[in-house]
Amino acid sequence: MRGGLLRLAAVMVKEVRQLSRDRLTFGMVLGMPLMQMLLFGYAINMDVRDLKTAVANQSGSMLSQRFLSDVRQTQVADIIITTDSPQSLENLLRRGEISVGIHIPSDFDRRLTDPNRPAAHLLIDGTDPTITAVANQLTSLVPDAPSGLTATRHIEVRPYFNPEQRSAVNIVPGLLGTILTMTMMLFTAVAIVRERERGNLELLINTPVSTPELMVGKVVPYILIGLAQVALIVALGQLLFEVPFAGTIGNLYLGAVVFITANLSLGLLISTVARTQFQAMQMTFFVMLPSILLSGFMFPFEGMPAFAQFLGECLPNTHFIRIARGVMLRGADVADLAGELRSLGLIALVALGLAMARFSRRLD
Amino acid sequence: MSSPEQTAIRATGLSKQFGQLRAVSDLSLEVPRASIYGFLGPNGSGKSTTIRMLCGLLEPTSGEAHVLGLPVAGNASRLKARIGYMTQKFSLYGDLSVRENLSFIASIYGLAGRRARERINELQRRYDLVEQQTQLAGTMSGGQRQRLALAAAVLHQPELLLLDEPTSAVDPRSRRDFWACLFELAQAGTTILVSTHYMDEAERCHYLAILDRGVKVADGDPEELKRETGMHVVEVLGGLVGELQETLSDASDVFSVTQLGISLRVLLPTRCGEPEARVRALIDPVDRGARVRLVDPSLEDVFVSATRSPSR
Repeated sequence: MRGGLLRLAAVMVKEVRQLSRDRLTFGMVLGMPLMQMLLFGYAINMDVRDLKTAVANQSGSMLSQRFLSDVRQTQVADIIITTDSPQSLENLLRRGEISVGIHIPSDFDRRLTDPNRPAAHLLIDGTDPTITAVANQLTSLVPDAPSGLTATRHIEVRPYFNPEQRSAVNIVPGLLGTILTMTMMLFTAVAIVRERERGNLELLINTPVSTPELMVGKVVPYILIGLAQVALIVALGQLLFEVPFAGTIGNLYLGAVVFITANLSLGLLISTVARTQFQAMQMTFFVMLPSILLSGFMFPFEGMPAFAQFLGECLPNTHFIRIARGVMLRGADVADLAGELRSLGLIALVALGLAMARFSRRLD
Repeated sequence: MSSPEQTAIRATGLSKQFGQLRAVSDLSLEVPRASIYGFLGPNGSGKSTTIRMLCGLLEPTSGEAHVLGLPVAGNASRLKARIGYMTQKFSLYGDLSVRENLSFIASIYGLAGRRARERINELQRRYDLVEQQTQLAGTMSGGQRQRLALAAAVLHQPELLLLDEPTSAVDPRSRRDFWACLFELAQAGTTILVSTHYMDEAERCHYLAILDRGVKVADGDPEELKRETGMHVVEVLGGLVGELQETLSDASDVFSVTQLGISLRVLLPTRCGEPEARVRALIDPVDRGARVRLVDPSLEDVFVSATRSPSR
């Protein structure tokens, strides 16, 4: 037992020493979260504003003017062109010069009181789903009917937990899981392959070091690195994007430990399958892409077909994003997260078990 | 050399098949304790495969091996603590220093604290690594790296040391020093199995097995092997070396002709009674000035006669 702990400690010390000398990996530990946060936080901004808009106002009435000024005030649409016919709006749209066209017919005021005919037409560039969704908001701006006739009240949308609908608030918890998936899995995916490529493994498997000692010794140092990354990302999220933190940091860390272990175990499993470091990286991407697309990070989980949802459930990132959003935005506690924690633990155990079973202490 | 106490390795009928390739076939050997046993053979002759089977890294397709009194099959992990293994390629960590590498190996073998420190200091002194102890292993010269690898392989004082072409990337001076270390270890009771393709190294072994395409073609101590080549060796010193070689190679009773600088080494089977006269008769038509004399077989002659089939 003492010998086992000694060997485990030796493997861990060795890993940390190697890591501290590997400037590229070390840079990845710090640089990756920083870069991804800035990229996703600023560049991939889902708060769509200032859509290029053209207007064909054939009515010119008071009400139509008021409607257009309301549109301007939303800042969703930036009216850059004024034209005279719906045909020219279509042309502008086809040429890609505008994303939204607003056509106000000459009988606009009369149409407002007629429930059977639309008061105005909104022409939208449907090629981008985000634009479509945002431009749809404009339909709620149709002004009240002038006389006693009450127009249909539009359903008021009140987004909970992110009242201002800032995407950074949603993205940062998801980004936390996605960055950790990228870095953690990559670390261990190349870990054993690298030793095999450099010939270290032939020596190692000829010593009394056991498979669990080797595997656990490789995983533990990276758990600590992962937790440091969590701190970095959460701090950046608060500093740059004022992402709220409703729950306790302890709960987030609890989820993170299990999540990081699951990712590292998956990486180890890849490492026992791949023959070269390059193969290991390719396989990592194979897991990474679904972790971004199917985890609920980019697209809502509920909208996916059952099979995609099943795949998503097998990915650690899916569960961790729920945990992170829960803790950071809703203030969820351990009891709320038990199911997700269990799933993560299961993934970690299965992956680690498979990795150990696959790891051969022979060369043939 | 038959009782288990005196035999470090006993292998019988060891074979290894990789797909279509038969890397080692029906190899039997017996290595006495505290001796240096050499595997001599060209690349691909099955030296590494045999060593890997002996330490349990590869499973033999057939045959069995007993190492240090235990069958390797089923005892691989128990034997690991008693065997030191030095791989053909440098397999310690290039991004760790000499001392860090040695402390890692020490911990792996259960050595900690003062005992580990003392052992590492001792090894650094003996293998002349004191000045390099903080240097990263990856930045060291071939000779230094090889001394480090040996220090790591003997750190846990193994009874058996398996060395797979330990000196293939090392200059002659370092090779000589390295062999001095091996003799010291053998003197202290360590059994050493070393593979090589250098004749001068093979010459230093107590016992030698010559491998050719996975088959053991000869074994014994180097002197015995030289005595029992079954060949006469005739040296021909003359001007027209190229033409002489051609003439001699064409003769049906000449086993082989090798050029060594300005001389030729001619091997003739011992059944040929008068080797000098025979060679003289063959070369006279070409070059009367060439000198001919009978010499003792070298290990290279042994190697040539053992690995080349006479029919050609």
